[in-house]
Amino acid sequence: MTIRPAPLAAAVLATLGAPAFAQEQSCPVKVGILHSLSGTMAISETTLKDTMEMLIEQRNEEGGLLGCEIEGVVVDPASDWPTFAARARDLMTQDQVDVIFGAWTSASRKAVLPVLEELNGLMFYPVQYEGEESSRNVFYTGASPNQQAIPAADYMLNELGVERFALLGTDYVYPRTTNRILEAYLRDQGIADEDIFVNYTPFGHSDWSTIVSDVVAMGSTGQQVGVISTINGDANVGFYTELAAQNIDAFELPVIAFSVGEEELSGLDTEPLVGHLAAWNYFQSADSDLNDEWVANWKARMGGDAVTNDPMEAHYIGFNMWVQAVEEADTTDVDAVRDAMYGQTVPNLTGGTAEMLPNHHLTKPVLIGEITADGQFDILEQTEEVPGDAWTDYLPDSAVLTSDWPGLECGMYNTETETCVQIQSNY
Amino acid sequence: MFLRRHPHLLVFLSLLALFTLGVTLLSEAMGTGALTTSFTKILGQTLCLCLIAIAMDLVWGFAGILSLGHFAFFGLGGYMIGMWLMYERTRLIVEPSLLAQALPPTAQEVQDAIAAQIFGVVGASELPAIWTFAGSLPAQLALVVLVPGLLALVFGWLAFRSRVTGVYLSILTQAMTLALALYLFQNESGLRGNNGLSGLQNIPHASNVSQAWISLWFVWGSALALAIGYVLATWIVSGKFGSVIRGIRDDEARVRFLGYPVETYKLFVFTLSAVMAGIAGALYYPQAGIINPAELAPVASIYLAVWVAIGGRGRLWGAVLGAASVSLVSNWFSGGGAPDVTILGYTIAWVSWWQVMLGLGFVLVTIFAPKGLSGLVDLMLVRRDPSRGDAAVGRDDGSLRDAEEAR
Amino acid sequence: MRHLRRFLAVLTLAVLPLAALAQDEGIEAVLEAQGDLIEESSRRTIEPAISALTESGIPLAREVLRRWQERELYRRMSDGVFFFAEEAGDDTLALTAIATGENAGEAPEDDFTEIRPNAGIRAMIQSALAGFRLQDEDITLRRRAVEAIARSPEPEHLAMLRNVMPTEPDPVLQARMERLERLLTVQFAATDAERVEAIESFGADTAREVRAALTPIVAARRMASVEGPAEGDNVARTLTPGSTDLSAEEAYALLVSRGLAPERIDRAARRDALVANIVDGRVGGVPVAALDTQNARDDAYAALAAEGVVPATALELEIEEIVDAHVFYELYTDPAAEVTAAARDAIDRIAFSLEAQQYIDLGLDALSLASIYFLAAIGLAITFGVMGVINMAHGEFIMLGAFTGWLVQTIVPNYTISLIVALPLAFAVAFGAGVALERLVIRHLYHRPLETLLATFGISIALQQLVKNVFGTQAKPLTPPDWLAGSLVVNDIIGISYLRIGIFGMALVFLGLLLFVLNRTRLGLEVRAVTQNPRMAASMGINPGRINMLTFGLGSGIAGIAGVAIGMFAQVTSEIGQNYIVQSFMTVVIGGVGNIWGTLAGASLIGVLQKGIEDFNPSNTLAAQTYMILFVILFIQFRPKGIVAPKGRAAGN
Repeated sequence: MTIRPAPLAAAVLATLGAPAFAQEQSCPVKVGILHSLSGTMAISETTLKDTMEMLIEQRNEEGGLLGCEIEGVVVDPASDWPTFAARARDLMTQDQVDVIFGAWTSASRKAVLPVLEELNGLMFYPVQYEGEESSRNVFYTGASPNQQAIPAADYMLNELGVERFALLGTDYVYPRTTNRILEAYLRDQGIADEDIFVNYTPFGHSDWSTIVSDVVAMGSTGQQVGVISTINGDANVGFYTELAAQNIDAFELPVIAFSVGEEELSGLDTEPLVGHLAAWNYFQSADSDLNDEWVANWKARMGGDAVTNDPMEAHYIGFNMWVQAVEEADTTDVDAVRDAMYGQTVPNLTGGTAEMLPNHHLTKPVLIGEITADGQFDILEQTEEVPGDAWTDYLPDSAVLTSDWPGLECGMYNTETETCVQIQSNY
Repeated sequence: MFLRRHPHLLVFLSLLALFTLGVTLLSEAMGTGALTTSFTKILGQTLCLCLIAIAMDLVWGFAGILSLGHFAFFGLGGYMIGMWLMYERTRLIVEPSLLAQALPPTAQEVQDAIAAQIFGVVGASELPAIWTFAGSLPAQLALVVLVPGLLALVFGWLAFRSRVTGVYLSILTQAMTLALALYLFQNESGLRGNNGLSGLQNIPHASNVSQAWISLWFVWGSALALAIGYVLATWIVSGKFGSVIRGIRDDEARVRFLGYPVETYKLFVFTLSAVMAGIAGALYYPQAGIINPAELAPVASIYLAVWVAIGGRGRLWGAVLGAASVSLVSNWFSGGGAPDVTILGYTIAWVSWWQVMLGLGFVLVTIFAPKGLSGLVDLMLVRRDPSRGDAAVGRDDGSLRDAEEAR
Repeated sequence: MRHLRRFLAVLTLAVLPLAALAQDEGIEAVLEAQGDLIEESSRRTIEPAISALTESGIPLAREVLRRWQERELYRRMSDGVFFFAEEAGDDTLALTAIATGENAGEAPEDDFTEIRPNAGIRAMIQSALAGFRLQDEDITLRRRAVEAIARSPEPEHLAMLRNVMPTEPDPVLQARMERLERLLTVQFAATDAERVEAIESFGADTAREVRAALTPIVAARRMASVEGPAEGDNVARTLTPGSTDLSAEEAYALLVSRGLAPERIDRAARRDALVANIVDGRVGGVPVAALDTQNARDDAYAALAAEGVVPATALELEIEEIVDAHVFYELYTDPAAEVTAAARDAIDRIAFSLEAQQYIDLGLDALSLASIYFLAAIGLAITFGVMGVINMAHGEFIMLGAFTGWLVQTIVPNYTISLIVALPLAFAVAFGAGVALERLVIRHLYHRPLETLLATFGISIALQQLVKNVFGTQAKPLTPPDWLAGSLVVNDIIGISYLRIGIFGMALVFLGLLLFVLNRTRLGLEVRAVTQNPRMAASMGINPGRINMLTFGLGSGIAGIAGVAIGMFAQVTSEIGQNYIVQSFMTVVIGGVGNIWGTLAGASLIGVLQKGIEDFNPSNTLAAQTYMILFVILFIQFRPKGIVAPKGRAAGN
């Protein structure tokens, strides 16, 4: 942190809490990149920074935007949630960026939200998340639960005939909320309470033996048991290794994971994981010309071993959509761009198109893949595009809520009482 | 009279006043914009860190209790005020929509709606019992003082009563903060688990005040708290009470044999220091905007001890100096403020190498400058320690001894 | 899987020699007819396709099923014809015509759809193939068939098994078949007597498959009626409302769900009723503005009910009356009373032994956790326990060991050899680091124990960041050799992985080694002398500096070896040591400083405690850790010197 003198006029503008964004189109167009480059989240987030730099470079080669070069402003929030808020403020007030692409964990997004809403910024959030949110200033390009968790549960119920579920997760907000939605959903599908086992472990948990035994013991009723895993990061290794050590294969106990992708697999010995499943909206192995080109570009830039993953595709879609919206609005002004965003379409890398919905979420296809020995996924099922749902239909409190920014000017609208619960988001 | 006996008090207070005035004039709120709002917030937070450093110096530098769990109290203070901030802000959001319904809402309905908002993200919708007073600012302010104080009182009473001292006590305090952090990490604790409390910078009833002003308010508040804390600490360590706790630091057994209730003295200092830490936390987290259990991790408390050691323990202004300088310099380096240096073809990115430097710095200071930065000030003022001949300073041979032996 | 029955019944016929008459050319017609279903690959819709294949009676159908399951079935997009195919280099397929088995040349992969059966479909195919395979010449296929049946048993399998069982040449497999036959008999046999006999033949066998066969039999559903269970109903038990098995609330809810009682009008419904009856700003005579308490709303509702506008709420007394008027009981879904009784008996027999075995398994887990804590803490027991030096960088020595193990593994590809190389090397690296730390830093701080803490903390954060800068933040895999990868399985319940046994063994070895070094060698004698009184020791000709250096190196070196073990167990990251440091200190403190036995006791206590608490609340692992630490804090208050308190002169220190 340093004391940087800012132009007087800009400072006054920021002081008034007015939109701190350039009104007249000034060159270059600035894109803030808010991903941790150090700390625990750096492993995942650094790739997204590189993705953004590649996208910006590609765009500049094609002639930039509104006749300007695009300049990426990279900052490092260092995996620390308060720092996310501070850096976001810096990006908007000092660097005067036109848009921000960033954040990974829900906690970091929630830390940035109040700043975005205060300064009327615009952020694209690229990671699958727990839903139950729709901010006027954020476009969610990752999956909401109905685009990942619910189809995955359906797959287990219908395709694998699972009758008892173990919901294992790392103890933080995404697994908590996702499992709550899943529990409600499974109950709707006729799964009894005693057939659902929920367990939370701390980050980096390594002592899995007892938990795996507990899950295996669920099979003693003679019913098929399945695991829906929201286990995050390093802890996955110990979990899958313990499964392998206890001689339990994917046939006997299928595991479907929401947080294990190509990037996570690249550092692992994938042998014990083969045959287990993952649900995403994108896999590197997707068969399409667009994806072949994308993967080739990425490998050319980052080296032959580099892999692509779901959040990268989300940034690809988000960035292209934003570029289209800016061109349509003919300005980078946040309010104008936001209005132009609705209904924008961009082709998915896996085929089909992504469309921006009035609730700031995308339509996305859901893909179920089996882990293969080379750390890739074998796509077993790909659905039609599913519209992202900001508020889940499976929790009674949320079922009555809807989000429609252009129509109702509200991200949390109660359809029963027909009132807007709140304009600003929950943090 | 009091001031004359403690000349550093006057110097400190005027420097603090000067600092506050400077920040005020240069802040965005005043329109000059030389200091950005986020930097103003960092300065305000640094003042809070100085306050907890004083609290730490009180227990360690003066009473010889090396607590490695002070951030537990700091965090608890933050949680207590955070509960009110979240509750009240949510209430202001929820109530208008409830009032728009056909029937006026009952108190229970209001509470349920608030709970659904706050706990929706962590998969619950009921207000836990510990949030009972969250709707009342005075009650939560009282809790800012009471909860850390009570925890320190109980913990201290147990520990001091069974004569756990020295290293053991340090490890025990570390275990305490770890246990508390792990407890808060659980959703069942009712404080939103890993997510913690967030959006704390949005002060209820002040939604039309810009963050530039709010950050300035907190700088003033923190400076005031620091000033009061400093005066209070100075007053406590002077006089007979101060002599007794210093005596406990140097040789607990002797003081006990002289008939002083050592445990009571220690308990008082420990509890008071915890309360100060709690207040510091309550001022810190609304500026940081978010508090989660990771803040209570044992490492944070060890850092605190190191700040005090680097500043120079046993001197209140030394603790302030250490906390302010190390945290600001850390912030500068790890925030990417320092330009990268290329030596022999290898680019040293300070963001990643700063921690290595800092760690080695701790080692050097501990070995070669037991008095820390305050020793430098001594050098400038040509101040020397009194000679005691060969007499030992005390049982634990406090940090002064080596310096004396060296002469 | 019930829908499989129909075609399995036919399948039983198909295995008879009669069926071999069919023509192989027919296979293409069958495939063409089922082509779209096969391509869709959904378990819900695939059943007709599989049964069409099996019912066709064409011998080739088996081959098709097998190749389909092994994902060698492809479909040409242009005309929908199926082929067997294998990958032949980049984007090309080597095709085989299905009916003739002749080579059909190569073709670009893009023109074909690969049929990807998911795990559910593969299981169905396996089950369908099981009937064929039970008589296959290849014993591995027969074994696989038996396991496929065990996994998803169907009634028809029983006849098949009984058919092939007597002629099975392999005695082991035959025994397995016989056991499976009895399991199937329990579930599917025609007469109750057969089933009862089969159930009783298992005695107190706790195997999971036995429980899986028994549990569904005793499945019961709750019933409620005025007159009680009918004649011939297989009653599991009767329930008393208000008992722990059935609370009054649940009883009433059951009645409501059966339509035997009116639904209770809850608060939300009453509020809606109030809203619906607002007249001129008043409800039931009460002004709307006054309805902001529950009592006021209840009064208003009562007023409305008195007017007869809304139904009256059921009073507690009435609810009690309705509940009392009904009999609550559970009915077995299986109507055969002797069978359910026998199954209930068997489950009760199993219960005790099952619980005992579960505790044994938990005990093994606790032991394993204890040995991990012990390994992590034993180095500290020397540096902190014996020398009194607080080394906050102890965790980083563990990390150094783990990274050494990983580095060796990247160079030496054979995991066994790399492990043999890594262990002494990790010791050497950590020993060196420890000696350097002692000489450069700790030596200057022996008078000031609390400041050692700060200085070593500095070393700790510097080392962590250094490793991060050099090796990156990504977790590194440290893979155990194959002979450590599996697990020792006693039965379905008791089992422990070899890696954990290995760690346990290592902990024992170090315990013995350290006891030997400290109590039986010259070095140990000198260490103890220096610890008790350095000046006296020095005057006896011992060089305290050298002894301190060696002792510290020894403690650090052991931490390095522990790092290799822990790295195999968890992941190698720069933070690996941080996860163990506080627990390690607690282990030493709670065990009693200065005593290796104490550390052992401390580690055991912490391991057992944590697993024990975890058992109370298996869905929350963090709680176990929290309460374990709380317990340690309290324990220290009441026994400040630890479990094995130092005695005699050492106690004074």
